[in-house]
Amino acid sequence: MEQPGSDTHLHNRSHAIFGDMSFFSKQMRIALRNCGTIDPDSIDDYLQARGYEALAKVLTEMTPPAVIDEIKKSGLRGRGGAGFPTGFKWELTAREQNEEKFIICNADEGDPGAFMDRSAIEGDPHTVIEGMLIAGYAVGAQQGIVYIRAEYPLAVQRLERAIVAARAEGFLGENILGSSFSFDIEIRLGAGAFVCGEETALMHSIEGFRGMPRPRPPFPSVQGLFGKPTVINNVETWANIPVIILDGAEWFGSIGTEKSKGTKVFALAGMINNTGLVEVPMGTTLRDMIYDIGGGIPNGKKFKAIQTGGPSGGCLSEQYLDTKIDYDSLAQAGSIMGSGGMIVIDEDSCMVNIAKFFLEFTQNESCGKCTPCREGTKRMLEILVRITEGKGEQGDIEKLERLGTTIKKASLCGLGQSAPNPVLSTIKNFRVEYEEHIHQKKCRSNFCDYLLTYTVTDKCVGCTLCRRVCPSAAVTGTPKLRHEIDQMKCIKCGLCFKSCKFSAITKTSH
Amino acid sequence: MTAKNIAIYINDKPYQVQPGQTIMQAADLLGFHIPRLCYHPKLSLEGACRVCIVEVEGMRNYVASCAFPVTEGMKIHTNTEEIRRARRDIVELILDNHPQDCHICERDSNCELQRLAHTMGMKKHHFSGDRKRYEKDVSSVSVVRDPEKCILCGRCVRMCSEIQKVHNLGYAHRGFKTVVIPAYDMPFKDSVCTACGQCINVCPTAAFVEKNYTQELFQVLGDSSKIKVAHFAPSVRAAIGEAFGMEPKNLEKELVAALRKLGFDYVFDTQFGADLTIMEEAHELLARISGKGKLPMITSCSSAWMKSLEQFHPDLIENVSSCKSPMSMMSAIVKTYFADKLQRNPADIVSVGIMCCTAKKYEASRPEIVPSTDIVVTTREIAWMIKSAGISFPNIPGESFDQIMGLSSGAGAIFGATGGVMEAALRTAYEMYTGETLENIEFTEIRGLKGIKEAQVVMNGKEIRVAVVHGLGNTAELLDRVRKDNKYHFIEVMGCPGGCVGGGGQPYAGLNAIPLDEDALRKRAEVLYSIDRVKTIRRSHENPHVQRLYKEFLGKPNSEKAHHLLHTHYHAKEPRGIIPDHPIVK
Repeated sequence: MEQPGSDTHLHNRSHAIFGDMSFFSKQMRIALRNCGTIDPDSIDDYLQARGYEALAKVLTEMTPPAVIDEIKKSGLRGRGGAGFPTGFKWELTAREQNEEKFIICNADEGDPGAFMDRSAIEGDPHTVIEGMLIAGYAVGAQQGIVYIRAEYPLAVQRLERAIVAARAEGFLGENILGSSFSFDIEIRLGAGAFVCGEETALMHSIEGFRGMPRPRPPFPSVQGLFGKPTVINNVETWANIPVIILDGAEWFGSIGTEKSKGTKVFALAGMINNTGLVEVPMGTTLRDMIYDIGGGIPNGKKFKAIQTGGPSGGCLSEQYLDTKIDYDSLAQAGSIMGSGGMIVIDEDSCMVNIAKFFLEFTQNESCGKCTPCREGTKRMLEILVRITEGKGEQGDIEKLERLGTTIKKASLCGLGQSAPNPVLSTIKNFRVEYEEHIHQKKCRSNFCDYLLTYTVTDKCVGCTLCRRVCPSAAVTGTPKLRHEIDQMKCIKCGLCFKSCKFSAITKTSH
Repeated sequence: MTAKNIAIYINDKPYQVQPGQTIMQAADLLGFHIPRLCYHPKLSLEGACRVCIVEVEGMRNYVASCAFPVTEGMKIHTNTEEIRRARRDIVELILDNHPQDCHICERDSNCELQRLAHTMGMKKHHFSGDRKRYEKDVSSVSVVRDPEKCILCGRCVRMCSEIQKVHNLGYAHRGFKTVVIPAYDMPFKDSVCTACGQCINVCPTAAFVEKNYTQELFQVLGDSSKIKVAHFAPSVRAAIGEAFGMEPKNLEKELVAALRKLGFDYVFDTQFGADLTIMEEAHELLARISGKGKLPMITSCSSAWMKSLEQFHPDLIENVSSCKSPMSMMSAIVKTYFADKLQRNPADIVSVGIMCCTAKKYEASRPEIVPSTDIVVTTREIAWMIKSAGISFPNIPGESFDQIMGLSSGAGAIFGATGGVMEAALRTAYEMYTGETLENIEFTEIRGLKGIKEAQVVMNGKEIRVAVVHGLGNTAELLDRVRKDNKYHFIEVMGCPGGCVGGGGQPYAGLNAIPLDEDALRKRAEVLYSIDRVKTIRRSHENPHVQRLYKEFLGKPNSEKAHHLLHTHYHAKEPRGIIPDHPIVK
């Protein structure tokens, strides 16, 4: 048998193939072990990659409590963002006395720019099925449901085919592999509401209701889908399960940091040379991530911030570059692990605007149920818009902090509890930018239109184009002579700047 | 058996409480009132408003006390500077997206949000900005929906779906634009709203109010060419005192006096109409029992039930009594018999129903019902009119009803409580069927607030099985049972929880009271039962004025003339969007 951890081992296959590239050499692929190396539509390919071996192992060699013990020992924590210990979650459901229990795979990946779950299902659908089967056996459930967004047609198609194939081979259905264990999986399509990634909202949606969260307790493990005990885990979590069973909790526990075991997949994006999905052992530093794997910032620009954890994560400044990527270190630094979004921001970006951008998203996606999230994020956004439009007032930062804290601590679900993060973290790490916007009406990145001054330089040949496009008649001048912009009339629309063919108009923030 | 107490700490003081309760329940029993908004004890937990947050030591976030259970050793803080500020911020966020026009609002001085803002110590708007903009829906004759006033506590949504099972209301859109609407954003008049008005009762603000007819009524009262006739329902006299800060008590005489002072020429008692209804209904029942017509017979006096029947239970239309409601019978008699007596043109008479009900406004607008009631106002509306007209109610010398339609039996009084119509009908039907006097006329097993109540009466050796149901949700449940296996002869249906005493037009819950509190419903019902107890005439058929009406005008119960004036009919009205006979529907 291959030695776990060796280069020839299945979870290091991509490493073996591409190991000499810096993008891959620091990666370790467990959840994505088969992505790109097997044909996702072929169950034979999966079987060759030791597929369903873990299922066979638990059905023949392990009791359900032993399976749960193994997962608990591995230290695996939920990859959906909150990082709840997976084995403990299963144990809570296993403990419930109920004839009907459910296993749910949360594939409602909603973070903009994140596609970890999508790739995992598109590249290796069977591993998700196998992970769910193992949990079904461990907690005594007979029905699994994959809740996946309809915007992922290829993933849905591949998963459907995989389920059909698994049924045909006897991995799903009655008396699996001759055991007394029966289990089947259904697919439910989500309509793309971000909040449906929240577990109680997701279950409401499966039940046919509007996707809105409900207060917990009762937790899903006790009272979940249709009131039955339910294990709900994210795609990436499921993808880790078969490997843990095959290679053992001890091996898995040897990867990562003390409290965060294994690897984590990130969607690396933004101002970075190598964008894409990366899977790294927990404990890798942000610096390694950006400069070794990501290959640094393009065009020789300076690093400014990194935003982790999707739209509700925090923005960390340069001083946090040596932060380890794990649940607790990121939380301590003022951000979150989240489901794995990672956006690199360079010096050209305005942090107030970044905060506004993310808040706009969460504010739009708020389900509207609880007051702090519904009303509070709107007010925060209004303040941010005001600041970027040069109408910021003394006390706005304090208002944002006060509202943000209340929303964080008083909201009903994770969406609201994390929505203020981008704002609070940028205030913490880039307060001076906020102050410049408010007091000096200045955007150091020359990004906020309303804070810019457009001026005509000597390059002007007097072509009159800017004068003609200006909607507020702020540009004056005679043909063939240098034009001028009346700052009192200028509405900062930027049309002159965009239309000038001689780069004769500059925008600066004073 | 009670479980062993557990120790908790509230604001650093130790207390012993029963496990299995929420923090809010435990705190309530200990004398703490944690502010709240979306919470309602009769409805499912929403946890949405976040006003009831408290601090719990060891928890990262605030905890919604309505939803979170107490645990051993839990250290709860309800009143720290931090939690007070967070709560105030939350209420302010609600207020900032709410019209700032309390002084022109229907619920001014009677608004839970206003009271909450006051107790929070709101002194300043910190976060004002945009406000959501939606049009008022005034299409329905009963219920007006004003989404701008809505604070999205969801009580109406839960009331409509959980208690009434009408499912007319739901959320649409997301985030800041979230709004409560009927399906497909239909105008209320086209929606499946049964006009029961329970959304109004549970709404903490004026997002739902009744369609107000007080201006029309004031106008009519000032018109000297008209003869103005008022008649008010049993439950109105029991509850109107609450609008003036009193406990439920019988204010019949005071209300008669106040109505005369308002300008009515004649004040009659809808209880007379109730007696008349019983005469017709009991005869119809006896006819059905002897084989003429379908069983079980189902009562028809609740207007919300009428609409619910046509929309959701059209298969049972033939089971429902053709009798009009007491209000419509009153108006029919006022505009015929009474007009004859006065020797006046019926067109000169304005018949005004003062009802505990919003659905009665809908009933009056039904084309099937002629002659109809011209104006229907609720208990709330008439209470406001009395205040507005400067009548010192209730410290007013009481007066008696006008005659020929002012005398009623005790049976007519109990109509307002769930089980009352059944009890009244049985008192009469028994004596008509057997020819004997009913000794024990109080049917206690069909009184009270149990959802579905049953009783048996033996008449001439024949066992008559009856059921009483209140609330449209309970009704749907009972009717499903009846469809599968009918064992009943007679069923009383009231659309509102508690019957008419809990109607959608009753006074708003007062300071610190819970809307639709069962205690309040019981007290109102008790007023009606005590009216019954002291009456010398307690059976409808013994009402001499009803007897005179039949003798002089109608002939016999269920006579052709009675049928023409006192009976109506129903049509199946499938809700829009539902295809009749579709396999999914059947």
